[in-house]
Amino acid sequence: MHVCQRCVSLFLSRPLSAALQPSTRAPHQRSHLTLLQHSTRHTLSQRHGTQTGTHFTGRQAASPPLYNKKEIVPLNSDDHRIDLDSAVHLSPLQEISEDEAVQIQVPSALPPESSTLRPYVDKSETLSKLVHLGVNLWKLEQRPNVGSMLVRLDFHADVAPRLLFLKDLGVEESKLGQLLTINPFILTESVDNLEARVSYLKSKKFSKQSVAAMVSKAPYLLNFSVERLDNRLGFFQKQLGLRAEKTRDVVTRLPKLLCGSLEPVKENLKVFELEFGFRGNEIQHIVTTVPKVLIANKRKLTQIFDFVHNTMNVPQSLIGKFPQTLVSRVLRPGPVPTVSAQLRLLGPLGVPAR
Amino acid sequence: MTTQAVRLFRKMDGLFAVYKPQGVHWKHVRDNIESSLLKALNSCPPAAPQLAVHFQLLSDGKNSSSKDLVPSPSMVPVLADHPLVTGPQFHKVHVGVGHRLDAFSSGVLVLGVGKGNRVLEHLSKSHVTRDYTLEGEFGKSTDSFMDTGRVIEKATYDHVTQDKLERVLAMIQGANQKALITYSQVDLRTQEAYELAVRGLLYPHGKSPPILTGLRCINFNPPHFTLEVQCVNETQKYLCKLIHEVGLELRTSAICSGVRRTRDGPFKVENALTRQHWTADSIIQAIAHFSKTTRKIRKSGMYRQTAGQFNSSAQIQEQTRRQSEQINQEHAGLSSSTSDAVGDRKTPS
Repeated sequence: MHVCQRCVSLFLSRPLSAALQPSTRAPHQRSHLTLLQHSTRHTLSQRHGTQTGTHFTGRQAASPPLYNKKEIVPLNSDDHRIDLDSAVHLSPLQEISEDEAVQIQVPSALPPESSTLRPYVDKSETLSKLVHLGVNLWKLEQRPNVGSMLVRLDFHADVAPRLLFLKDLGVEESKLGQLLTINPFILTESVDNLEARVSYLKSKKFSKQSVAAMVSKAPYLLNFSVERLDNRLGFFQKQLGLRAEKTRDVVTRLPKLLCGSLEPVKENLKVFELEFGFRGNEIQHIVTTVPKVLIANKRKLTQIFDFVHNTMNVPQSLIGKFPQTLVSRVLRPGPVPTVSAQLRLLGPLGVPAR
Repeated sequence: MTTQAVRLFRKMDGLFAVYKPQGVHWKHVRDNIESSLLKALNSCPPAAPQLAVHFQLLSDGKNSSSKDLVPSPSMVPVLADHPLVTGPQFHKVHVGVGHRLDAFSSGVLVLGVGKGNRVLEHLSKSHVTRDYTLEGEFGKSTDSFMDTGRVIEKATYDHVTQDKLERVLAMIQGANQKALITYSQVDLRTQEAYELAVRGLLYPHGKSPPILTGLRCINFNPPHFTLEVQCVNETQKYLCKLIHEVGLELRTSAICSGVRRTRDGPFKVENALTRQHWTADSIIQAIAHFSKTTRKIRKSGMYRQTAGQFNSSAQIQEQTRRQSEQINQEHAGLSSSTSDAVGDRKTPS
């Protein structure tokens, strides 16, 4: 998007970027004011005792009490004492020279703090480019501190290298927006770390397409350290007893396994072993067919298994051969009555009881 | 300039009735209705975005040979109005629930939207009665009085006949009539009170335990039986306990296998929306259908509030009883005109 020249000049100058930090109030107001005051000091040193100089200092002296009193002194120590009685009234229609006109600093119209990103989107190159990519800024600003983080990013230094990295990895451009909406912190992770993690995955013989697919499905994947990824891959290989290529296949289909905690997975495996009574090779078959059972809700799994095995009288070995029943939405107990409730109303022969 | 979404939102003000299915918590019903209303509101096209002047470096159009890039102005939509930055137009629609129904029961559930929530308050303070259909089964007794609970004891029910059941029901009704007269704080020796009692316009004042104003047996096939109940200030658990007590009086045991509310004040089950109709246009149609009753409830509620300020208790009772008489007459009037309401509803697209 072409940003207009006036916007670019405003945006690139230092006072504006300081004012764009919306998180805390006091230090930024002070920095805002002190930076303006620095600029007026330059104008004063160039032109001695001009009317515009006193006008500026008069305006600065009337600012709120956060203003640092020490900085008034060097001004007054020069020969320009502010004599309010002999103040010459300036008219806005007064003609001033070209040099003076060029040196006028216009304070930015951006609010120093805001609860939404709306005032900053048009002025900030990063934010407008993110909107054009398809990032849902409204969703991101609901999360604490993410809005401030995005506004502080510089497009050419921070965002562009990471977007190019993701594109080189093979992530489709249409999916970049969704990826950044789920995980905006990929823009603050250092590119060296990201490259190290990708090279680790490739060393474990994940193909380029599978790495790209994994990053698209689990946007937080590359924010985890190499040790953590290694730990998880090792756990799945050892615990399930699968060969390397099958583990790779399971992880490529459900990369969320590498992101979350291992405790729920361990509990689910215990449930399968002790409550349902499946043996090792049956569990391997279940996990390779439907990897979702490892992170499914333990209570819902038990409810569905109880219903299918005890009420519908399906043998446990048959459930092990067709584990899709354990995650199907049709049998799931939920707030609104579904097929399972209708099945309960039917008696044992599948005929209405009354 | 109002947008289409705002105009649709302004139509969502009033009361309507919904048929709550069995096994569902009333909160899920309320959330479902709120999300379907929000979905309809947010699917409306948003207001046109503001335009701003932007300077773009384009090549000079006059001479195609010259390669000078000249900043030329154009009107571009402002990104601050982009849907990815503003978010959805509506975040919340206020949907309130009238007399609640627990998960085991089904039937009419009155909901209020927007300004209708104020009228819900008046409805809850007004002494409208509710109609229930209770399904019971002789022979068992459970810990929760419902058929889903753990069975505690079993008993024979061969000796139970319809005659005995009706006698027990008459006894219960008599006890409830006495309670009604006591709690209505009325001296039956006065002429006006006698006339009200004859017309069936007595109601309990202030806090009272559940009182049944009507009770009869519709169906009797032992072990199953069905009762029809009109009551005030009740809970569904109390009605299940009533079935249990009927069983005790008949020297057997009974459990409740179904509670179904068929009427809540002027809202009847024929006009309640079923699950296929929980969409914005059906709801707005239902609100329009009930707008007259909503207005009458609001008027009687406001009258009750202003009458309370005058602080003369006998006068209040007389005048509020006249209001409730009007509402009861509307019940009779509505019951004759329910047939047209169901046919008018369009199938939602």
